Amino acid sequence: MQITTTVNGTEVTRDVEPRLLLVHFLRDTLGLTGTHWGCDTSNCGTCVVLMDGEPVKSCTVLAAMTEGHEVRTVEGLATGGTLDPVQQGFMEEHGLQCGFCTPGMMLTARALLDRSPDPDETEIREAISGQICRCTGYATIVRSVRWAAEHPAEAAASDIKAAEEVPA
Amino acid sequence: MQTPAPFDYVRASSVAETLELLARHGPEARVIAGGHSLLPMMKLRLARPDWLIDINDVAELDHITEEPDRLRIGALTRHATLLASDLVGRLFPIVHDAERVIADPVVRNRGSIGGSLGQADPAEDLTTVCDVLDAEIVIASPGGERVLGIADLHRGPYETACEQNELITEIRLPIRSRHGSAYEKVERRVGDWAVAAAGASVVLADDGTIEDVTVGLTALGVEGCVPGMLEAICQQRPSEELYAEAGRIAAAASAPVEDQRGPVDYKRHLADELTRRVLRRSVERAGAMVPA
Ligand SMILES: Cc1cc2nc3c(=O)[nH]c(=O)nc-3n(C[C@H](O)[C@H](O)[C@H](O)COP(=O)(O)OP(=O)(O)OC[C@H]3O[C@@H](n4cnc5c(N)ncnc54)[C@H](O)[C@@H]3O)c2cc1C
Ligand code: FES
Ligand code: FES
Repeated sequence: MQITTTVNGTEVTRDVEPRLLLVHFLRDTLGLTGTHWGCDTSNCGTCVVLMDGEPVKSCTVLAAMTEGHEVRTVEGLATGGTLDPVQQGFMEEHGLQCGFCTPGMMLTARALLDRSPDPDETEIREAISGQICRCTGYATIVRSVRWAAEHPAEAAASDIKAAEEVPA
Repeated sequence: MQTPAPFDYVRASSVAETLELLARHGPEARVIAGGHSLLPMMKLRLARPDWLIDINDVAELDHITEEPDRLRIGALTRHATLLASDLVGRLFPIVHDAERVIADPVVRNRGSIGGSLGQADPAEDLTTVCDVLDAEIVIASPGGERVLGIADLHRGPYETACEQNELITEIRLPIRSRHGSAYEKVERRVGDWAVAAAGASVVLADDGTIEDVTVGLTALGVEGCVPGMLEAICQQRPSEELYAEAGRIAAAASAPVEDQRGPVDYKRHLADELTRRVLRRSVERAGAMVPA
């Protein structure tokens, strides 16, 4: 079947099998491998992407279900050459180690901040409670999201190039 | 990599069209709502429908409507929407208690109340909630609409009275005054299915005695509400002794099985303790002063 979906602001039309899961559509069909794929059982949350602005586990959504909807992946987090404050926050506060859970964590954080620009620690922990990080122990992730809340416009000043340098 | 077996997919845009598609594609056609029970089952090949009829565009199924004597909830209403609704929280705090502990926020963005009831998982939290609130379930059939009491919807684990060519369209919860309700669940970790859970609904008389009461248990081997609860504790003043009596009745009624979530005596203990807690909170919420 043919589906037309908006992914990171660009309309894409592809032939897909109805049984194709969104996570595989993004990774294998569109080559957007920033969306990670872990447990495959709707538990770990590493496959989280935004669908119409809300976090969803893309291993438990059919690609066909996104026809006519907007999907945003980690590749769509930065705008132009500018990092999203959430990305900047994960750099500033060391919110990642291996990076496996990071794309999903950042997208959930973006959705949270869009809804609630000044979340406290409890709210942040609640928002990411469906997502597992095996590395950082969540404290730095929470701090990263807080950093983004406190610097909503900060990232606008830096560009991707700057982002590639590890901050002191 | 888990992939469902091949199937055909079609989207419906109204209840009438859903019924038409279910009839046209025959016995192996299933509706998909949030897909958070159905897709995992399809990935494990525990379910192999030939056709999926996607009802996510059926806007008429996604609503919360207050009427003087009842709240009507469309079957496609998401867990997240129920949790975000102040109206639902005010009228039926038990729904918020339960929603807070169903899966996690991301799963709650997709899963729906109709899908939860349609799945009829014995560990499903909203079934107990609907049981104690004495919900009515509206089912659209090719011949028209029928309304079932919640007790008649569930035929057993994973089996409901909603036939293959029918659709659950609405859940109706009766609104009563001096009514309180609560739900409490013990889980192994955040977002997990219940080790055990209990829900209660209490109506108090003007003099503060218990006029009506129902208690339901999740994952404890009890179909529907705990029998005998009303007879045992109605027309009495709420007290710790009364809650203890209710806890004993609930524990005796429960028939838990030992599994990776715990042994039988532990689960029976939870039936007792959780029943006391949800009754206590329901009474508080119904606006009564509990004698010290
Ligand atoms: C990781 C995880 C943890 C979870 N934890 C919990 C938990 O703690 N407690 C809990 O209660 N649930 C839990 N769930 C289940 C979750 O609440 C599901 O979303 C819900 O049970 C099913 O809703 P759905 O809309 O996704 O249904 P679907 O998966 O789309 O459908 C489920 C079944 O219902 C049928 N159906 C759907 N809509 C209708 C309708 N309108 N009329 C008739 N039949 C219909 C479908 O054909 C299918 O057979 C969990 C799920 C996951 C993935
Ligand atoms: S891969 Fe989707 S939740 Fe784990
Ligand atoms: S950074 Fe490694 S899993 Fe989270």
